[in-house]
Amino acid sequence: MASKPDLNAPYPYARDKRCPLDLPPQIAETRNDDGMQQVTLWNGNKAWLATRWEDVRTILSSPDISSDAEKANYPAVSASRSAQAKSYKTIFTMDPPVHGQYRRTLTKDFAFKRMQELRPMIEEALNSLYDQMEQGGKPADFVEAVALPLPSLVVSMLLGVPYSDREALQEWSRNRMALDTSPEVVQDSAKKMGEYFDRLFAEKEALYSDKSKNPGDPADLVSRLAVEQILPGHITRLDAVLMCNILYIAGHETTANQIGFGLLGLLTKPEQKANMLQSDESVKNGVEEMLRYYSVVHLHSPRVCTKDMIVGGQEIKAGDGVFALLSGANRDPKHYDDPDAFDVTRNAIPHMAFGFGIHQCIGQSLARLELQILFESVFKRFPNLKLAVPEESLEYKENATVYGLKTLPVTW
Amino acid sequence: MRVIVHSEKCIGSGRCTELAGSVFDQGEDDGIVVLVSPKPSDDQREAVRDAVQSCPVSAIEIVED
Ligand code: HEM
Ligand code: SF4
Repeated sequence: MASKPDLNAPYPYARDKRCPLDLPPQIAETRNDDGMQQVTLWNGNKAWLATRWEDVRTILSSPDISSDAEKANYPAVSASRSAQAKSYKTIFTMDPPVHGQYRRTLTKDFAFKRMQELRPMIEEALNSLYDQMEQGGKPADFVEAVALPLPSLVVSMLLGVPYSDREALQEWSRNRMALDTSPEVVQDSAKKMGEYFDRLFAEKEALYSDKSKNPGDPADLVSRLAVEQILPGHITRLDAVLMCNILYIAGHETTANQIGFGLLGLLTKPEQKANMLQSDESVKNGVEEMLRYYSVVHLHSPRVCTKDMIVGGQEIKAGDGVFALLSGANRDPKHYDDPDAFDVTRNAIPHMAFGFGIHQCIGQSLARLELQILFESVFKRFPNLKLAVPEESLEYKENATVYGLKTLPVTW
Repeated sequence: MRVIVHSEKCIGSGRCTELAGSVFDQGEDDGIVVLVSPKPSDDQREAVRDAVQSCPVSAIEIVED
């Protein structure tokens, strides 16, 4: 029998290295006990950790909960994350009513049907990545060959940034998302990324203000925001720049890590692969289970309570910081039978992998589509795809807000 | 079964359109929920329930009358 995990260990708790796909043991301990645990952060601040499905849902739906990183006890999981949250006000850290106004400038761009129209483009991009992986010879790192390039290509295309700029954009994003970069590097990357999009918007604004250039209808999000929002004065260029920063950051590594994990699950569990590959419907269903089980946004969502409230029998005071733990909710045995089992045949929805409440992921229809297309096709294209190394030797991105595999060596 | 949507709450997640596409849609200009079929037939019941459960902001209600 394992000893009781240390609930006073600093948050984020560490995962057990022997089972890197399970949550740190403190999460189940807390969930079985009170559900809510007061944790200590890197700077000594305290925050509540909500681990149960019901409590996470209650917190994230409450009007008395704020995402404002300027608030005193806004909980950050590291110094760099605190610097990132405070560096600029973004959609992630806005509260109503501003959040809703800001979000509504983007909702049509990510509408479900609009995303389905991208299917041919995504399939084409994916096929050429498969070709390149094949030509590169085996073994290959699936993360580098496919999982990361696919969402980066898609988000670049959607925004209208040249894919050739991806290295710089990805490096800035990584710096801003890691737990262990220095606050100075976070600021510097935020600044450079801001300048990058500022230049892009300046070009588009100039292009679209000059009728003689006849630029046609805006074909990408940067152009559309320039024409419909900045030029008429609805939002400032800075607003638009920040939006695009966030979309780039939020849109590629999340999806990439989710692809890597989902594939790992199928490569290591042949029965799950067989179950998943029955039909397009079973792929769809399995993707939801991948989202639930791997919950790549594994340490969040951070909030501050603005009114005294009772959550799961625990009194939370106005001003207290709270993490509504999405990954914890997704493994709640009250909500899922045998939650630590990866089972692509279960009905996993509604899960919390994209969050809940007003900040629920705006890119979820796009992420689902990318995942569905990938898992519909990958074993058709590479029927003998398998891990090229023992599962035990894989390394995980522990020091990041978005959990993932560092590499996924495969052969075929 | 009658369905009501509170579009002022909607954040355009698209879940309802995906789960019950004959009942819900999203506006072309703003991505906000549009109720296509306020009195869906009984065979839509389960899909509408899924949409209610999945809506992140409780913007969808079922009224049984
Ligand atoms: C599997 C892939 C993805 C996962 C697991 C994921 C997860 C999440 C989660 C958990 C949140 C809520 C954060 C909170 O409550 O504080 C969120 C918000 C967000 N996501 Fe995603 N995401 C994914 C893909 C994407 C994509 C592809 C995009 C865009 C291209 C995107 C853009 C955003 C944005 C802009 C927000 C902020 C929404 C708001 O605050 O209103 N995400 N995502
Ligand atoms: S599920 Fe809710 S938030 Fe999402 S589009 Fe439908 S009504 Fe809007």
